[in-house]
Amino acid sequence: MDFSALSPVALIVSLMVAATPILIAAIGELVVEKSGVLNLGVEGMMIIGAICGFIVAVETGSPWLGFLAAMAGGAAISFIFAVLTQYMLTNQVATGLALTMFGLGLAALMGHSYAGIKPPKFGTLDIPFISDIPVIGPLIFSHDYMIYISLMIVAGVWYFLTRTRGGLVLRAAGENHDAAHALGYKVIRIRIMAIMFGGAMAGLGGAYLSLVRVPQWTEGMTAGAGWIALALVVFASWKPWRIILGAYLFGGITVLQLNLQAAGANIPVAYLSMTPYLVTIIVLVIMSADKKRTSLNAPACLGRIFHASS
Amino acid sequence: MKLFKTILVGAALAVGLAGGANAADKLKVGFIYVGPTGDFGWSYEHDQGRLAIEEALGDKVETTYVESVPESADSERVMTQMALSGTNLIFATSFNYMDHVLNVAKKFPNVKFEHATGFKRSDNVSTYSARFYEGRTVIGHIAGNMTETNTIGYIASYPIPEVIRGINAAYIAAKKVNPDVKMKIVWVFSWFDPGKEADAATALIAQGADIIMQHTDSPAAMTIAEEKGIYAFGQASDMIQFGPNARLSSIIDNWGPYYVARAQAAIDDTWTSTDTWDGIKPGMVEIGAFSDKVPADLQASATAIKDALAAGTMHSFTGPLNKQDGSVWLKDGETADDGTLAGMNFYVEGIEGEVPQ
Repeated sequence: MDFSALSPVALIVSLMVAATPILIAAIGELVVEKSGVLNLGVEGMMIIGAICGFIVAVETGSPWLGFLAAMAGGAAISFIFAVLTQYMLTNQVATGLALTMFGLGLAALMGHSYAGIKPPKFGTLDIPFISDIPVIGPLIFSHDYMIYISLMIVAGVWYFLTRTRGGLVLRAAGENHDAAHALGYKVIRIRIMAIMFGGAMAGLGGAYLSLVRVPQWTEGMTAGAGWIALALVVFASWKPWRIILGAYLFGGITVLQLNLQAAGANIPVAYLSMTPYLVTIIVLVIMSADKKRTSLNAPACLGRIFHASS
Repeated sequence: MKLFKTILVGAALAVGLAGGANAADKLKVGFIYVGPTGDFGWSYEHDQGRLAIEEALGDKVETTYVESVPESADSERVMTQMALSGTNLIFATSFNYMDHVLNVAKKFPNVKFEHATGFKRSDNVSTYSARFYEGRTVIGHIAGNMTETNTIGYIASYPIPEVIRGINAAYIAAKKVNPDVKMKIVWVFSWFDPGKEADAATALIAQGADIIMQHTDSPAAMTIAEEKGIYAFGQASDMIQFGPNARLSSIIDNWGPYYVARAQAAIDDTWTSTDTWDGIKPGMVEIGAFSDKVPADLQASATAIKDALAAGTMHSFTGPLNKQDGSVWLKDGETADDGTLAGMNFYVEGIEGEVPQ
């Protein structure tokens, strides 16, 4: 086999592209879960974002407007979830699953006449000279803009959750909603905002898929990415930076195994294909070895219904 | 209250009976698809076949479908539900539904089942497939002639005989016109995952492939080929809209005529369990129009191959052919029998790598 054909730089660039949709969706879901809500509808919100972004990008010719529309679409559909779970106190797990199915169906309906259309090309960073430096240029200075934005979002979420008062209040709602309520914080309002942020991020991740990674609209094109994003949040034990680690690890191994196959590596393919999942499980086991610390990380009120009168 | 309930039950029964009487007139045909009908590939073409039934038989039939059904016990539930709701004829359109089809068929001996690309039959289970490998021979011929890097990338789904047959057929045809040709194969272990299919195409292009073939269901690879300025072939569906410059030709599945014939047979009560394996000749496999990127003389030779396959004067697997390990498979002039093809689990000589087990 020919390892020389495997360029580490090209590999890292394509792993970032493969990881970005789940990275963005997962960081949104992390905020939602930090506020004490478990929204299993990530897949549905992603696909809604994918089609909303696609439609607007095609109609206006601007991928930027597409990404904005994807966020709006994701937030709008997550608002349904917010109303159902926060005001009507429905079960979060069931509502989230329903949201996924609803999203997949609605997206298929919306995208009916958009199959086979090419979206406008999304720009990549191109700084004269700097982007052309070997290795460092392609590695750091010539990705598409959304990759930088996704990393900025993670930094922003980290800063918000750990360094601001608003983040403290959001975490308080997730750790003990009764105490937060007793202190006068509007638990429901906080949670609705968190859910909509999560929806917007899932939508953005979905649009990255339909506008950059695959550049096309196909029904059901998220193909389970939303579920991986959900798993990533647990994998990251609700810590923003670890989302990057997890997403790049998962994306990296997925891309690496495809490249190893193409290079003719003499490793049974079945093993290669299962490595992304296998590594995820191994890391999960290692990280959850210390039971006390893991359970401390999970928001104490995750998935529990809050009702002010109780 | 009790009276009210009785009335309700009576009404429900009446509606149910009326519905039953109505359904008895019509043949109810159900389809289950492995991907969404809008995949513009495999499931899309099966759904076109379903629409062909509606068009041809009009109000004598009623069709339903369930899309994105996993190839697991879930499919059994879906088919059971279909059978229970009075469906007379069920088309299960993916290979790994196989045992689930047989399980459900055993429970509903009066319901007729049709399983695509499978090989297990019973009294009420037919199988049908298309000789896609004939199409692979044609596009392999084009790819072998047109590759400049002598590297053809192949995105494969699952290591089942049908997929392996396609790889072998394409390789044999490409090798015949280009002895230096190499085939790089990536298994994605999914029928439908646009993201992964796109990644696989990117990986193959990074490894020097300048023509991509695929045996997966979405047009993702075609989109990537278009973006990177290389060539690809439409799979299951024409896919020209996804790669106006990249697409050289395509293998199109045309299920309509078969589906209409089977539904008609069910209406006429002449349906029996059969095994159908049709190729280019009856039109179950179609070759999409050649793009103008394909030189005229190559178009002519590819058409000649297509015609010879249709006429039966040529077979995709004609000796001398060795298996990958060098042992003789077919002697000079010998052609492969259907039994071997149906269970093919080996690469022919020259293909690198191993068939995943």
